[in-house]
Amino acid sequence: MTTASPQIVAQALVKRFGAFEALGGVSFEVAPGEVMGFLGPNGAGKSTLIRILCGLLRPSSGRALVAGIDVAKDPEGVRKRIGYMSQKFSLYNDLSVIENLRFFGGIYGVPRQDMEARLRFAVDMAGLAGQEDSLVATLAGGWKQRLALGAAILHRPTILFLDEPTSGVDPQSRRRFWNLIHTLGAEGVSVLVSTHYMDEAEYCNRIALINRGRLVALGTPAELKQRSLGGELLEVRCRNLGAAIEALRRAPGVRDAAVFGSTVHVVADPAANYRAGLAHYLAGHGIADAGVRPIAPTLEDSFVSLVQASSSAAEAR
Amino acid sequence: MSGAPPAVAIEAGRLSKRFGAKTAVDKLGLTVRQGEIFGLVGPDGAGKTTAMRMLASVMLPDEGTVTIDGVDALAQPERAKRHLSYMPQRFGLYEDLTVDENIRFYADVFEVPSDAWRARADALLAMSGMAQFRQRLAGKLSGGMKQKLGLACSLVHTPRVLLLDEPTTGVDPVSRREFWQILYSLRAEGVAILIATAYLDEAERCDRLAFMNEGIMLECDSPDALKAHMPGAILDVISTDPHAVRDAVASLPGVRDVLIVGTGAHVHVDDAKQALPRIMEKLGASGIAASGVSETPPSMEDVFLAFVRGRGKPAP
Amino acid sequence: MRLRRVRAITVKESLQIVRDPRSLMIALLIPLMQMFMLGYGINLDIMHIPVCVMDREASQDSQGLLHRFAASRYFDVRRAAGSEADIRRELDSGDCSVAVVIPAGFSQGIGDTGAGEVQVLVDGTDSNTANISASYARAVISAYSADMQSAALRRKGAVATTATPVDTQARVWFNEELESRNFIVPGIVAMVMAIVGAQLTALTIAREWERGTMELLMSTPVEPMELMLGKLLPYFVVGMVDAAICLALAVFWFHVPFRGTLGLLLFTTSLFLLVVLCIGYYISVAIRSQVAASQIALLLTMLPTTLLSGFAFPIEQMPAFVRGVTYLVSARYYVTIVKAVFLKGTGAAGLAVPILCLAVYAAAVTLLASRAFRKTLG
Repeated sequence: MTTASPQIVAQALVKRFGAFEALGGVSFEVAPGEVMGFLGPNGAGKSTLIRILCGLLRPSSGRALVAGIDVAKDPEGVRKRIGYMSQKFSLYNDLSVIENLRFFGGIYGVPRQDMEARLRFAVDMAGLAGQEDSLVATLAGGWKQRLALGAAILHRPTILFLDEPTSGVDPQSRRRFWNLIHTLGAEGVSVLVSTHYMDEAEYCNRIALINRGRLVALGTPAELKQRSLGGELLEVRCRNLGAAIEALRRAPGVRDAAVFGSTVHVVADPAANYRAGLAHYLAGHGIADAGVRPIAPTLEDSFVSLVQASSSAAEAR
Repeated sequence: MSGAPPAVAIEAGRLSKRFGAKTAVDKLGLTVRQGEIFGLVGPDGAGKTTAMRMLASVMLPDEGTVTIDGVDALAQPERAKRHLSYMPQRFGLYEDLTVDENIRFYADVFEVPSDAWRARADALLAMSGMAQFRQRLAGKLSGGMKQKLGLACSLVHTPRVLLLDEPTTGVDPVSRREFWQILYSLRAEGVAILIATAYLDEAERCDRLAFMNEGIMLECDSPDALKAHMPGAILDVISTDPHAVRDAVASLPGVRDVLIVGTGAHVHVDDAKQALPRIMEKLGASGIAASGVSETPPSMEDVFLAFVRGRGKPAP
Repeated sequence: MRLRRVRAITVKESLQIVRDPRSLMIALLIPLMQMFMLGYGINLDIMHIPVCVMDREASQDSQGLLHRFAASRYFDVRRAAGSEADIRRELDSGDCSVAVVIPAGFSQGIGDTGAGEVQVLVDGTDSNTANISASYARAVISAYSADMQSAALRRKGAVATTATPVDTQARVWFNEELESRNFIVPGIVAMVMAIVGAQLTALTIAREWERGTMELLMSTPVEPMELMLGKLLPYFVVGMVDAAICLALAVFWFHVPFRGTLGLLLFTTSLFLLVVLCIGYYISVAIRSQVAASQIALLLTMLPTTLLSGFAFPIEQMPAFVRGVTYLVSARYYVTIVKAVFLKGTGAAGLAVPILCLAVYAAAVTLLASRAFRKTLG
């Protein structure tokens, strides 16, 4: 990434709805051309955060700068420079593809001389060439998503906010959509995407894990996986899972052992070197058929460890 | 393991349902045994919910058979319903009632004897960490807790068959993990569990799974077997310019698809051994810097899409 | 049918009613509001008609006549007009609906020819009221005229006899003071119950659809009849409480005379309540959106009850075709019964026909509602 000044800056953003704290002090930065993912379950605060950054909600405290503009002081100015795709599909089902695009082009103030070229670009990007006059209601989910993205970038914003854009979309369309996002990133657009699919983390340059209104972690997917687990992850296969778990939980240096499908996932202290020795240990406890191999942790594993670590740290305080 | 395989708990044959011109489910057949977790995996609109509703006898199929615990569910739906529990997507909770009142309602509906359901409720709530929330209104629970309450309500009458329709959608990963631990303990007790999910990574947690797409079942096997039989392989190319990689590599023979990821690109190829040198040569010739090209184990999504693609076009 | 399941559903429904502010509001506030608004608002008696007068003569006779108007409770003399233009303005603006003009030479005319002329102008925009106002005015004037005649005869020394050849003695039975309120308020009770009863149950199944619990219920062994019974029971209790409140208001607040037996009234009220609850339940099963179900329930109960039940507009005056339609409106039978029980004190024997009709109606609607709910989608 370049060393240019960040396009999005959040400083200790807090948002309260009555007694409920939706965001509890979120800070981060997004560089130009960076694709940043916000991962977290429903109710974590992702939509609230995006709405604040778009100038749709006022923060209870803290500051946010989008394209250098303070969102609380000049929300209109912010909205001119950004593209926003909301969680619910916001195009008009009873208008055609081209009518929708023209409408949004007009709303976003696309200059007249650029309009036709931008419309063509959006239609091609969505793969809808030849279907400009079809009613949006007749399009399948994936096409609608791409069209909505096209509508959001008609006015060439340098910053894009996408709130759960791939919910309910089939995997093929999901991948195609992410390819589009990367193309935009390569052109220098900063993209902030929120999602509850943990596996979408792989598509982002950096990710922020968010849970209950707080940032649990921030970094590249590789960084997060490496630092969070607190040990190495091993997969144990054998016939009697119940007995294996019993034995594993008693083993020194084993931090966690849990069933996963027809295997047991074990988090072990690297110093114990169980990669080599676990099968032997299990054989000594009556399980002769155990197969052990190291596996790569998923982002969900990281998320769970980090959340558990932060809540036990909170309790310790 | 000695003895005969466990009894068949759920059996569906040629199950079909049409809505007007659209075929939502097309000749679905599957078998789930006692003590097995079976996943019905596919994107939204694949027909999972329709299939679940037919299995729960909430929707009449246009053709096909459903057998639950040996009972013909089409001939005797009410009898079949006593053997199963169905948890729909929104969990089926009464938001104006407390946790306790919800459980009690379902205990009464299934006519569970009074001492039995109280003991069971205590155990289920303790296991889910909900014991101190018994008097809280269901509407005031977090997403993860609602999910666990929904599960507790469906388990209060100790069904032999559990049908779960996308129970973990949008729920936080910690709750999801705890939920699955509960499912594993039920599995150990011999309950047959059929779980529908759109999360492809959740498929790995099942004993066996069926990929569904557009109403049709594509493949049905254990996760390991599916990965092993996946058409082709995935190569991980690490590069700072994934777009260039894609442009260079996409049209090479033997390359089925290129996916850009944060670290570079994942290339779906027909044969890893043949494709790897070809790709490295092409990248070198195009002057694209790649710090590594290696085969990587496929994700469930890779496997799913490989099978979907496999149906669509013939191998080059 | 398992009692335990019915009880479970009843308990659940009752808890939901109590904890849902919207249901509570419908159940308690709306009946009270309707009773007060309509009870006081609808007044078919014509009283306090605003009058303006113009006395061109200003004699003892003319003032005497005007005094009669002022003293009458049917008229309310607002102002004295100075000119024809004034009168026109008063009638045009609607400040007055009647104008009485006594010309100069009024008493002269009486003295000369024995006949004086008075002009009464009436605003005919509302022809019903105009008719009645005109006839009241004529009555006042002819009463005055009769008095003047006997006074004149007495002055001439003759014996005053104002006997007319045929004298009518009118007696009003059942509603002696002809208070319109007495016949309207019992009808309002019917309307309130029709609206509230249907609204409460219209939401119940639609709510389960919207919240996603219906799908789960369908997969359990619960039977359609158990569901209906369990759900209607709490609403029946609420409905009877509402009815009791409205009836108590009618008797103790609006002072509508109650001459019949309470038992008969409660029995027929429960029949009618069953009808409206089942109608609401049926709507709820058919329509899965709470908002839509609520609106349709309102449409199907309020309009027929207001216009076609005979509560305010007499059925006898309607054209034959419309009269036929009223037989389909259950409120018609109930309104007939309620008015009869209140004002006439009629017993079950006298009301056998409407009671039977209501019972048949109730049976039919209950059957329809119980069959409507099916335990399968699509």
